[in-house]
Amino acid sequence: MSRVAKLRHDRRAGVVLAVAFVVAAALMPLFRPPLDGFTNDAILALAYVVMALGLNLVVGFAGLLDLGYVAFYAIGASVTGWWASDFYSSVNGEKGIHIGTSDFVSVLPGIHVNFLLLIVGAIILCAIAGALIGLPTLRLRGDYIAIVTLAFGEIIGRVFANGDELTVFGDNALSNGRQSISPIDQINLPVFGEFDSATDLRPYYWAVLALCLVVLFVNFRLRDSRLGRAWIALREDEVAAASMGVPLVKTKLLSYAAGGAFGGISGVFIGIFLTSVNANAFQFGFSIFILAMVILGGLGSIWGVVLGALALGFVNHWFIPDVLDGETVRGWLDSLGLEFTFSEVTFGVFGFILVLMMVLRPEGLLPERRHQLELAEAAGAPEEPVSVTYEARA
Amino acid sequence: MSDGSGNGAADALLATEHVTKAFGGLVAVEDVSFYVKPRSIVSIIGPNGAGKTTFFNMLTGLYKPTVGRIVFAGADVTGTRPDIITSLGVARTFQNIRLISSMSATENVMVGQHARMKAGLFGSILRPPAVRREERAVREKARDMLHYVGLQQTQFDRLASNLSYGDQRRVEIARALASDPVLLLLDEPTAGMNPQESARLTQFMEQLRGERSLTILLIEHDMRVVMGVSERITVLDHGTKIAEGQPEDIRANDRVIEAYLGKREGGQAS
Repeated sequence: MSRVAKLRHDRRAGVVLAVAFVVAAALMPLFRPPLDGFTNDAILALAYVVMALGLNLVVGFAGLLDLGYVAFYAIGASVTGWWASDFYSSVNGEKGIHIGTSDFVSVLPGIHVNFLLLIVGAIILCAIAGALIGLPTLRLRGDYIAIVTLAFGEIIGRVFANGDELTVFGDNALSNGRQSISPIDQINLPVFGEFDSATDLRPYYWAVLALCLVVLFVNFRLRDSRLGRAWIALREDEVAAASMGVPLVKTKLLSYAAGGAFGGISGVFIGIFLTSVNANAFQFGFSIFILAMVILGGLGSIWGVVLGALALGFVNHWFIPDVLDGETVRGWLDSLGLEFTFSEVTFGVFGFILVLMMVLRPEGLLPERRHQLELAEAAGAPEEPVSVTYEARA
Repeated sequence: MSDGSGNGAADALLATEHVTKAFGGLVAVEDVSFYVKPRSIVSIIGPNGAGKTTFFNMLTGLYKPTVGRIVFAGADVTGTRPDIITSLGVARTFQNIRLISSMSATENVMVGQHARMKAGLFGSILRPPAVRREERAVREKARDMLHYVGLQQTQFDRLASNLSYGDQRRVEIARALASDPVLLLLDEPTAGMNPQESARLTQFMEQLRGERSLTILLIEHDMRVVMGVSERITVLDHGTKIAEGQPEDIRANDRVIEAYLGKREGGQAS
């Protein structure tokens, strides 16, 4: 029993650690200038945390390998292109449609909708898209699910890349294709007013931190619920889960929908933060990028995924461009006569990190408590009796 | 239940009518009609590969019969989804124990109550008082069930994969009971048990019927258990029903002895 007691103790220590971590994260920008490269990287890393937590619901909890997660980023980002820019400038006799926007935006043509409503819109669209991608995979298992979802991600990416040729509602195109839709409206919140990323990044940082906390909360709640248990049962043994009364179709679709919704939330935020939406970003590589975060952190482990997303986020936006391609390393490479930049081979760097992980710590940075317990107990447990099945035929 | 499968099928809790299951050219179960009366303990026996587990899988909705009808509590459940059959009141255990290995014993039994719970996506996230109450009740009931099947309290929070073999069997039965079944299907419950443990399980089955008004259908190889506990026995061989009746009749049935025990002199396997 001491092991259980120890775990409980660890858990309390974990809560203290988590609170300290969040408080430190919230205070961080106060010690940095308003326009800071580090804050900028942190904002993107936190947006990836939201996405990785969403993918973790599907891959980590329900065990459905989704290689097309970029689709939800694409849909979320496109929502901002549609409803928070002057892209549809001809609507309403060029006067535009405005819902909950700031005075500055309210005179612009095009559709302009408040950030919070964009989030709601993205959640709904992505949940529907998630359920739709779920449908054809229901009869599939394992690697086959991965292939179908991969194709789905590609389809969505291609549709947006060629969206300038697709007209919906008159001659309004679906997207601007490989040209950006830009600019996207800044976030405008009740009480806090309109943000301005040109002069101060900190409100964006706090906004995405708040999003992260909400998504984290939802993740924890789902994990320790009827639905979370059903997902884990499904992941481990579909036949047993069904025989225990878990409806397979509904449970799987809920996981796709919930996971997709998180991707959409993050997509909205990233679209606004980068102030442009470009179909070039909707690549297969992005799905892998997010999946790598989940695997690096530990499949199914919420804190692990947070850590994995932060780590890869900073590797992508800081370590590779600023350190590996920084002057010191550049100097070494030049002296060796190597003429390449690491920014050209980012996926090589991620791949290397993953290989390193698989060798040194295959269970992830912070493995799921279940797996941890399993390993710890198996090491200390006495030998299990071997099952004996009787042979009946004489 | 118009097309009855013999005498006594009229008031049956579970009845199958001419059920056949073919996998491509292989006919695993062929034209099996049988019934189970409420609050009875009934066994299906037969040599390995006779189609017993396939038959079970059809009863619980994992397989859809190629031909035939399955009626449970007056409703046609042929080809109904397994989770719906569970919610109607059929629970089962598996021949090769299928617990969720990365969950604790308690959590496994909590999953067993899935069909009896209401919390949905938003309920799970927002956790209103009703969901909170439900969660607490489900946990409590899980622990009660584990007590009932005789699991030591110290084992409640251990991972299923780290429990001893006997305890895993107990947890699986507790998980099945947690779904409030009317009919309990046990697939070789005494596999891997020693004679004392088997005897205890036999007693436990009687106790289940007495205390919880359960109907029990079991697949079993251990003849001592089968003969001791069953009111009726159905014998399958090569997918077809070759005999059916009370233990004494089965014991004396020539075809059963030939098919099941081989052509040796009388006697019984154990």
